[in-house]
Amino acid sequence: MFKKIGFKLIVAVGFTAIITIGIFSYFNIQSHSSSLLAEVERSANQLSETVKHSTRYDMLLNQRDRILKIINTIGQQPGIRDVRVLNKVGEIIYSSREDDIGKMVDKKAESCYACHAANKPIERLPIKDRTRIFRIHPDSSRVIGIISPIYNEQSCWSADCHAHTKSQTVLGVLDVTISLDEVDKQIKKGEMEIVIFAITAILALSFIIGFFVKRWVDKPVKELLNATNQVGIGNLNYTIKDKRDDEMGMLARSFNNMTKKLSEARLQLFQSDKMASLGRLAAGVAHEINNPLTGVLTYSSFLLKRAQNNPELQEDLKVIVRETKRSREIVKSLLDFARQSVPKKNEANINDIIEHAISVVENQLAIDRIKLIKNLDPNIPAITVDSNQIQQVILNLLVNAHDAIDKSGGTITISSSKLSLSPYGITHIKKAICPKRHDLMDNEVKIDGMPSIKLKAKANGNEGIVNLDPVYGKSRHIYEIELDAKKEINLMCPQCNSSLIEEGKKCPKCGSPIFNIEIASQGFYEGCTRKGCDWQKWDAVDIDGQKDYIEIKISDTGCGIAKEDLAKIFEPFYSTKGQKGTGLGLAVIWGIIDNHNGTINVESELNKGTTFIIRLPLIRVR
Amino acid sequence: MNKQLDILIVDDEQVVLDAVNKICSAEGYKVDQSITAEDAIKKIDKNNYRLIISDIMMPDFDGFQFLEEIARKKILSPVIMTTGYSTVENAVKSLYNGAIDFIPKPFTADELISSVSRGLKYLEIQKRLIESKSRIDDASIIYVPCPAKYFRLGYASWAEVENTGSISIGVTDLFIKTIDSINELELLKIDDEIVQGNSCSQIKGKEGLVHYVLSPITGRIIERNEQLLNDTSIIEKDPYFEGWFYRVIPSDSEYEIKHLIPCSSDRL
Repeated sequence: MFKKIGFKLIVAVGFTAIITIGIFSYFNIQSHSSSLLAEVERSANQLSETVKHSTRYDMLLNQRDRILKIINTIGQQPGIRDVRVLNKVGEIIYSSREDDIGKMVDKKAESCYACHAANKPIERLPIKDRTRIFRIHPDSSRVIGIISPIYNEQSCWSADCHAHTKSQTVLGVLDVTISLDEVDKQIKKGEMEIVIFAITAILALSFIIGFFVKRWVDKPVKELLNATNQVGIGNLNYTIKDKRDDEMGMLARSFNNMTKKLSEARLQLFQSDKMASLGRLAAGVAHEINNPLTGVLTYSSFLLKRAQNNPELQEDLKVIVRETKRSREIVKSLLDFARQSVPKKNEANINDIIEHAISVVENQLAIDRIKLIKNLDPNIPAITVDSNQIQQVILNLLVNAHDAIDKSGGTITISSSKLSLSPYGITHIKKAICPKRHDLMDNEVKIDGMPSIKLKAKANGNEGIVNLDPVYGKSRHIYEIELDAKKEINLMCPQCNSSLIEEGKKCPKCGSPIFNIEIASQGFYEGCTRKGCDWQKWDAVDIDGQKDYIEIKISDTGCGIAKEDLAKIFEPFYSTKGQKGTGLGLAVIWGIIDNHNGTINVESELNKGTTFIIRLPLIRVR
Repeated sequence: MNKQLDILIVDDEQVVLDAVNKICSAEGYKVDQSITAEDAIKKIDKNNYRLIISDIMMPDFDGFQFLEEIARKKILSPVIMTTGYSTVENAVKSLYNGAIDFIPKPFTADELISSVSRGLKYLEIQKRLIESKSRIDDASIIYVPCPAKYFRLGYASWAEVENTGSISIGVTDLFIKTIDSINELELLKIDDEIVQGNSCSQIKGKEGLVHYVLSPITGRIIERNEQLLNDTSIIEKDPYFEGWFYRVIPSDSEYEIKHLIPCSSDRL
């Protein structure tokens, strides 16, 4: 849970929100409370000035009763805690609290220390220093105190009472304290509101992000993960049903495409393998049966020769000889089927072959109300193929398409075209040989299902086997020993130890020694010996540049093939036609196309139709 | 102990050994047999054989290794190869590696006898050739070798690549000499496919033996020498030019010619 991308994203977003909203709230609270305090301070100042002015006249007249009354009236207003007037020596002369009158205030008291902080009292107090905020008891609410010094003026010393002399500067202090209870409550409330807002915002943000992360990232990632697991356990037919347009959708589509390509490749390989083993089986059977057949045929034909005088016996022997010869032909055709013989190749135009095949089935298609659409590219070049075999392939596919369409009729489309594909990463090395003509192919170690190229490697005293990837351009080599670029490396034929290192040439990418292996009738294949370096060169293949293929597509609007059957249709003896077919048709087709170094793929959707795609390499005449 | 025998038959199947033994003995040949190649090599060291018939697939020895061994020992005896795994490759490879004939299993008594008779005749001709070479004054020609730019399959059939890209094929003078005389010739029809190493024509020789001509090349017949059907003597008179059999469109001549022996190598 804590390692999930979604969770991490939420944490990251939440954390960012906490920091930004936190800083914002802090300064917001700060400015809010300071402006409130400033307001209080201003009104306190105003109040103290008001007190001073309203008592001024009575002071001059020394009307103490009236002064006290004014002070009491003001002091009783809500929020105002004390209004006191202190004389020069610190005696409280007037106060809104009666019992304070006559008390002495210590120089260290809140009301005094602004001026008396240094031992010698200052005579002028700047306005900003007149206020201070303090608590009377540590657990009581805050109060703001404002002291306003009462300065000596001419009217004071010249007044009738003669209470003050001219030499005095400060006559006393007016000290007003106002409770900050209300203000503090407001500040608290404001703080509270902002904190609640911040927490709500952070939570909401996290939830919204979480929701979208789950929707846009979590779900598709989970789906992809599930799909890779499915592919991992070998279910290559699994597709991700995701139609979204973002990168996740692109990833899903490219994943689907990859599994499709993978399953096609696997099918081809599987078929190759199957046909090869069927071939070996047939070869073994042929060999085993031919020996006893030799006994039968030689003895019977020998007897036939000796039975010249016995016409009755001769007749019987002729039957044995004839039937044994028939068996001989059957075994031979079995062998030919498995090996598909060597194609008897001629220059031919694929379109002509297609037309020939069509002419065979045309009438039958018309009778069954099946429309045949031809999209043949008239400009495709001639190709070297076994015309009979390719015609057999097309005919078989047309018959299959016909069988797939039910009585209500349908359409078969057949098209031909030319296309180019790059050899790098596609071309498969089928036979590598050493300078002494030993076969280097290793059927036991397969890379991606294909026999690898087996070499013996020697490097600073170590000896081991290296299996090279048989696909040109892919470097999935298997190393039994470490090959260090700087050390002396030798790659050899495992049978005769002939060196396969090219003298005097270095890898243009990393400077390591390179190997040079002959590919039967296809020139030389070079590559870097260093593990991890993917430099490879195969001039004979590269010189052709992109390889040209002729593509034949045969589509029908028939019943289609179920997904679970799709993987098996090229297998020998597999049939969806029940008793109608032998199950050999598509297996034979596959073998023929493989023998032409071509590929055959199938795409099908149930109840929509099936398309077979054949690609035959065009071999350019040099 | 140097016995003079006619035929050594090597095969890992007893029934094949027995059958060949029976047929060849009935023809009056002295036959010896080996069930392993190793045993056969021992016998070859000990005795003289005029002809060896060997299986290709044997448990201890590959038939091709056996051929190599015989070539290494400089034994003159011609070798006929046979196998139950009768593929084009095996036939062509046998003939390329020095065998004089290839009989696919299962075979009839007549097929065996015709091949054996040619083999024995072949040895006779080779011996005469060596004799004539030792006598410098003897100018008689034993047989006419095929022209330098031709290719041959074994010693029997030849192929010539023509300027037009088609290939003409026929049989060598040596092959005719091993048959002795041609009584009847059977040719395939135009448009028929022929396959390298498979029979493409039948020649009836003396004593009613039927000899099969193995095609040197795979392709489709576009023309055949009709004259030969009326007058087989043309083949005997001029086997390399007037006596051609077929003209074919090859299917993969570049590949197949690699497995033929260039006639230019005969003149070294």
